[in-house]
Amino acid sequence: MIEVRNLSKHYGDKRAVDGISFTANDGEILGFLGPNGAGKSTTMNMLTGYISSTGGQALIDGVDILEDPIKAKKNIGYLPELPPLYMDMTVKEYLNFIYDLKKCKLPRVSHLKDICGLVKIDHVYKRLIRNLSKGYRQRVGLAQALVGNPPVLILDEPTVGLDPKQIIEIRTLIKRLGKNHTVILSSHILSEVQAVCDKIIVINEGRIVADDTETALSDKLTGAHILTAKIEGDTEKVTKAVKAIKGVRKCEKVNERDGVFEYRIESSEGTDIRRELFGSMAAEGWPILELRSAEMSLEDIFLKLTLGDNSQGEADE
Amino acid sequence: MSAVFRREVQAYFTSPIGYIFLAAFYFFSAFFFTTTSIQNGSTDMTAMFGDLMMILVVLIPILTMRTMSDDKRTKTDQCLLTAPVSLGGIVAGKFLAALLVYTCAVAVTVIYALIVAGFAEVDWLVIIGNIVGLELFGGSFIAVGIFCSSLTESQVVAAVISFITILALNILSIIGGLLPWKPVEDILTKLSFFERYTGFTYGLFDLSNVLFFISAVVMFLFFTVRILEKRRWA
Repeated sequence: MIEVRNLSKHYGDKRAVDGISFTANDGEILGFLGPNGAGKSTTMNMLTGYISSTGGQALIDGVDILEDPIKAKKNIGYLPELPPLYMDMTVKEYLNFIYDLKKCKLPRVSHLKDICGLVKIDHVYKRLIRNLSKGYRQRVGLAQALVGNPPVLILDEPTVGLDPKQIIEIRTLIKRLGKNHTVILSSHILSEVQAVCDKIIVINEGRIVADDTETALSDKLTGAHILTAKIEGDTEKVTKAVKAIKGVRKCEKVNERDGVFEYRIESSEGTDIRRELFGSMAAEGWPILELRSAEMSLEDIFLKLTLGDNSQGEADE
Repeated sequence: MSAVFRREVQAYFTSPIGYIFLAAFYFFSAFFFTTTSIQNGSTDMTAMFGDLMMILVVLIPILTMRTMSDDKRTKTDQCLLTAPVSLGGIVAGKFLAALLVYTCAVAVTVIYALIVAGFAEVDWLVIIGNIVGLELFGGSFIAVGIFCSSLTESQVVAAVISFITILALNILSIIGGLLPWKPVEDILTKLSFFERYTGFTYGLFDLSNVLFFISAVVMFLFFTVRILEKRRWA
């Protein structure tokens, strides 16, 4: 459905997007993961024809976005980073305007009503967009992308600015839409991409760092090899005992609260030390108050992914 | 195009701009009508049409300042430019919306003509020529204003640039007169919007003047499309 070949965007010497390629098939939810300034929005802007590419190709359903923009754009619903809303219109006027703008053929009233029901904006339908909260504006933005029922949805950070309940609602909605649309969404939150997407592309500084299915990537990324544990007991002794467990590479104190220390325990990859840890702490009579696998920050992910690539490269040589 | 047109017309009347423009135009035209035709007891409205030209230099930038710049600032251009519409369609829609508001303003001169006609015989052909001239003259300024608006994100900057450009286009003949070189003076006089318009106020319906204004409109709208296109490639 979407095919991107070697897409680049240069601003002078700055390479905002530097030769990325990927494909998204029908009914697939593809996630772009990357920090701010990684090139996520630039890529999406190129896919939707808002800006042109410096090099490479973007095909939407086989149609090049630069060669036949009008035909290609007909198949795309786009929610940019900042929803493109006219503040002086009501939701109703705005959606009707979008309906006309997209030269939509579906029955107007029922189609718009369906969309409003889907993103839950029925009760603000007659209000001015200016007076809506950020969360509602985001939803109107999503509604705008859905008008005309385009087969491809491109959503740039769709959950930004929403409260936790709304985030879950929108994620569920995206998952549902993913069944009969091709969805590309971007995010800088790993857990969000993991929760929603079938396939994840990690980009940093305009390049693809990793391109994998959700499960393969999350195994690679999280694994059980870094744990955060809250253990009550004498710090030095605990550290010593933890380090004594087979497979533990590193153990350091990270936090302290009410005399209980939190430790970050790193074990060699592929070894699960949780049982041994429990055994050894229980034997000493030091209760484990909390044990969880450490969440990786985006920096950790990039470090890991890029280092992983390097070590592979070295192995090849 | 029609969607953009409708949205723009609506925007003129949900914001104060449309009302300010119409009120100011009605006020000044009534003022000129009173001081020229009514007080002099003349059916000749040419003086009023000549004076209206000066007002347009100030009013047209107000009408067009937000057309393109505001879309850029609020990022609503993202929804226009990613929709299946051509750039020409977007620009044309915005132009026609501004032209409609302007036509509403110009229409008031018909009422003045009818008032005068109540007192004495009027030369309708001259008046129609004047109205058509004013419409073309303003239309070309609207195209200039839209072009200037596409150059910037700020409405104020857009208004100032439009004001300067429109003023300059008007006084091209005066600038030419100051230059010692005759061929340049001739060219500048031919390009002067003011010189072209005065022909209409005399009641002269010269097809070359009509074509001049229409081509000015087409040219500046085309430039606007190029600016939008260029921004995508930048």
